[in-house]
Amino acid sequence: MSSAPKSLFAAPLDGDYLTRDQAKALADRVLAFAKADETRVNIATGWSGNTRFAGNEITTSGGTTNTSITVTSTIGKRRASSQTNILDDASLKRTVEFAESLARLSPDNPELVPELGAQDYAVVNGYFESSAGLDPEKRAAATKSAIAAAESAGGPGANIFVAGFLEANAGANAVATSRGLFAYHRSSSANLGITARTPDGTGSGWSNAGARDWNVIDAAALGRTASAKAAASRNPRAIEPGLYTVVLEPAAVSDIMGSLFGTFNARANDEGRGTFSKPGGGTKLGEKIADERVTMYSDPTDPDLLAQPFAQDGTPVRRVTYIEKGILTEFGYDRYWAQKQGKVATGGGGGFGGGGGGGFGGGAVKFVGGTQTTAELIASTKRGILVTHFFYIRPLDQRTVMLTGLTRDGTFLIENGKITAAVKNFRWNESPLFMLGKIEEIGRAEPVGAGRVMPSLKAKDFNFTSLSDAV
Amino acid sequence: MPYTRRDFLKSSAAATALVVVSPNDALASGRLPARWTETESDELMAAALGAAKAAGATYADVRIGRYRSQNIGTRERQITGVSDAESYGMGIRTIVNGAWGFAATSVMTTDGVAKVAREAARLSRAAGSVQKRKIELAPTPVVKGTWQTPVKRDPLEVSIEDKVAMLFAANEAALKVPGIRFVNSGLQLLREIKQYANTEGTQTTQTFIRVGPSFSATAVGNGGFQQYGEELAPRGEGWEYVESLNMPGNAAKWASLAVEKLGARSVEPGRYDLIITPENLWLTIHESIGHPTELDRALGYEANYAGTSFIAPPEAQIGKLKYGKPLMNIQGDRTQEGSLARCAWDDEGVAADSWRIVDKGIFKDYQTTREQASTISRLTGVTKSHGCSFADSWDSVQFQRMPNISLMPSETNTSMNDIIAATDRGIIIKNRGSWSIDHQRYNFQFSGQAYYEVRGGKITGMLKDVAYQSTTPVFWNSMDMIGGKDSYWLGGSFGDGKGQPGQSNSVSHGCPPARFRQVNVVNTGREA
Repeated sequence: MSSAPKSLFAAPLDGDYLTRDQAKALADRVLAFAKADETRVNIATGWSGNTRFAGNEITTSGGTTNTSITVTSTIGKRRASSQTNILDDASLKRTVEFAESLARLSPDNPELVPELGAQDYAVVNGYFESSAGLDPEKRAAATKSAIAAAESAGGPGANIFVAGFLEANAGANAVATSRGLFAYHRSSSANLGITARTPDGTGSGWSNAGARDWNVIDAAALGRTASAKAAASRNPRAIEPGLYTVVLEPAAVSDIMGSLFGTFNARANDEGRGTFSKPGGGTKLGEKIADERVTMYSDPTDPDLLAQPFAQDGTPVRRVTYIEKGILTEFGYDRYWAQKQGKVATGGGGGFGGGGGGGFGGGAVKFVGGTQTTAELIASTKRGILVTHFFYIRPLDQRTVMLTGLTRDGTFLIENGKITAAVKNFRWNESPLFMLGKIEEIGRAEPVGAGRVMPSLKAKDFNFTSLSDAV
Repeated sequence: MPYTRRDFLKSSAAATALVVVSPNDALASGRLPARWTETESDELMAAALGAAKAAGATYADVRIGRYRSQNIGTRERQITGVSDAESYGMGIRTIVNGAWGFAATSVMTTDGVAKVAREAARLSRAAGSVQKRKIELAPTPVVKGTWQTPVKRDPLEVSIEDKVAMLFAANEAALKVPGIRFVNSGLQLLREIKQYANTEGTQTTQTFIRVGPSFSATAVGNGGFQQYGEELAPRGEGWEYVESLNMPGNAAKWASLAVEKLGARSVEPGRYDLIITPENLWLTIHESIGHPTELDRALGYEANYAGTSFIAPPEAQIGKLKYGKPLMNIQGDRTQEGSLARCAWDDEGVAADSWRIVDKGIFKDYQTTREQASTISRLTGVTKSHGCSFADSWDSVQFQRMPNISLMPSETNTSMNDIIAATDRGIIIKNRGSWSIDHQRYNFQFSGQAYYEVRGGKITGMLKDVAYQSTTPVFWNSMDMIGGKDSYWLGGSFGDGKGQPGQSNSVSHGCPPARFRQVNVVNTGREA
């Protein structure tokens, strides 16, 4: 194999991702090739391990490592980027030269803002060895425990079908510029989701937990919950679609709120094409848009979120409170629009950017909860529908954030404070924005995934439009 | 399918999973850089397969992927982004004690690939500790060969200047239409060189080229705004296809539909006969026929994510399920010219296939891989894989993905106009809007980009806020007219999501326009 490529980059290969020093050294090598007016290097480096199961056995599993760099070159008012995961000097040089040639070919961008120099960032520790060390054997053991718990919760002879997915990630993102900025953030995450189905095909239950720290996830408990929901959801009744009070579990709240986050982008609203644009100009900032108990914010330093404290372009990600006590309080700003409007960029370019540019911090958001448990929300409901989670949510109308979607894996009728029946799944057409104005109670908040905290929620007049036979 | 993030690795870094650069480099001109000759790749693949066998694998396959992707986005008179990415690495899949393992690396040295082969075997052993049945692969002939998407001009060879100039010309033409305030246009381009080898002796090299143009315009007026997106099908074709769309020449016509939508009447909900154009129907085929006929879904492998299928269990469905009337014929196909899922061999070295999924309205067969074929062969009489194995990157494990799935046109020469003329009270649905379907593929709700009212066999005006909602078997059994081959059109999706970790597949769907009787139409335009 003497003719095969030599080691492309000797350093990272002892571990699964670059350390801070290695990332800095790689960024410096890239910047040394740069001839553009300004250059930025983004590095994404990481390991991912996963175990997938169905039919109560592991079906596939995998482990991957990769490190890639993205070079963004600026020449005058022109900017373009080029990416590679081939890290020898010749390839890095090629990638820099190509980004520069793309930039030269691009037309002027009147909205271009200069790259950033050194910044101060919040210190966030979102890295846990428990997740980074979740190797194939540990994942298999956790899978085995979850399947066994689901099987035994189903009872003797229940033959519960168990499927799911366990994934762990560990790695880092770094950004460096020719103006002297360097930032590095290391993070980890783990997620286990389980679906249990009854052998007659009439019952399905789901449970899921995600966190930066694998140690907070209880695989067996998740197996038991999914299995219990599957058994309880057998032979669902068809009830008439229409307006119902709903109790949404935190996962369901997260599903539907996800579509709201992008609407807090300052520019779209300022330009008259946003959800919060007012006819004839201006926005609804400072106006009441939700029940006064609703507060939602993004903050990378929040101990429940622990998100990346810088955006892709190096902008520090700051705390942004989008809704406070029902009032539309702040929008997200990218650097260009912030500068134009005399505001401070929020990092991530608007909306609930969290960490910006996807990656670790992306989407970090907390919807502040109340004090009641989901069980207490059910107990205070005269008639309503309990929703485990939603599926296939799609936008219908950008102006109102009207969405369509379906319920899934555990939908129940509540009567006089008790779950009295499993019901068939529904399609619904509803807006999370309308829903925030129809809240009856906000339950306790809990992590629904790494960097996402949501409460359970009781809201009235949720618009179920048709029945689905899907189990 | 909901294409969700695959975590930081997939969403940020390994969006990395995209490709090779450099204008001066040999790869940019369609060849491999000298340093990665096929001989050298052969040696790396042999080293990986050898290490896997030494680690106890009874079967192993290896894929080297070199991806280059380019994305250009514009709005009005400016660029919103130009990016170009390359990604290179190897994935290896092993069977040890009858269990799968998979590992991938970008460290392309003999030591690097041997290490990852041993890691794959380790994953196989760990999986074997929680496994009941042993993996069995359907037999397939050993093949050696090369194949390439036939193109006249490689889209990555076209200069960025020319591409941007074309998009800007389209934007400018659209902005000249009174009422148009915003325009977005873009290009998504991919070239993938995939080398595959397995321990049975199969070895293939394929080069895939895919192009995906986009255009939408937003009109402001009448106290609101309306957007119209033209349905520009992504294809497995070269730059000549993009040029054939004549975006600069057609942009004004497309943009004027956004303006026209400002004056459209909001639909009255109710039941209508729908005349669905191919530009909308391809996606309905994808969601309500493509996904439920995936065998892994029917067997429950996707239960935790994309969901299962209403077409299950197989023994109760094959040859029995009445999907539609006898005019309905659905073909699975990986050979179709210009299609996104076209290949010569799949990611298990199985030759591209073409087969009936629905024949004269009756469900006949699923989409399969080598691992799956034996589970239904007693029902179908088909013992081979249909060649539906695909991985979206060197660092993704291959699994069952959708081939091109198409509704075959009528033998008669029925045209769109014939269908309109035969319809008394209906709505024409054009282009892809919003789409949502449940996890067993029963209940769906789809919308379009433009809607026209049909009364007494004629188009009488434009409608808005339309979505159609139905249940798969009811909907397809209501189809009573389809167009002939002259009205057939090939649509498709550059990115269809499935699996955990999530993977993206490119797939085409062809169809003629078709009429569906008495479908439920809802109004989506509720005001705040």
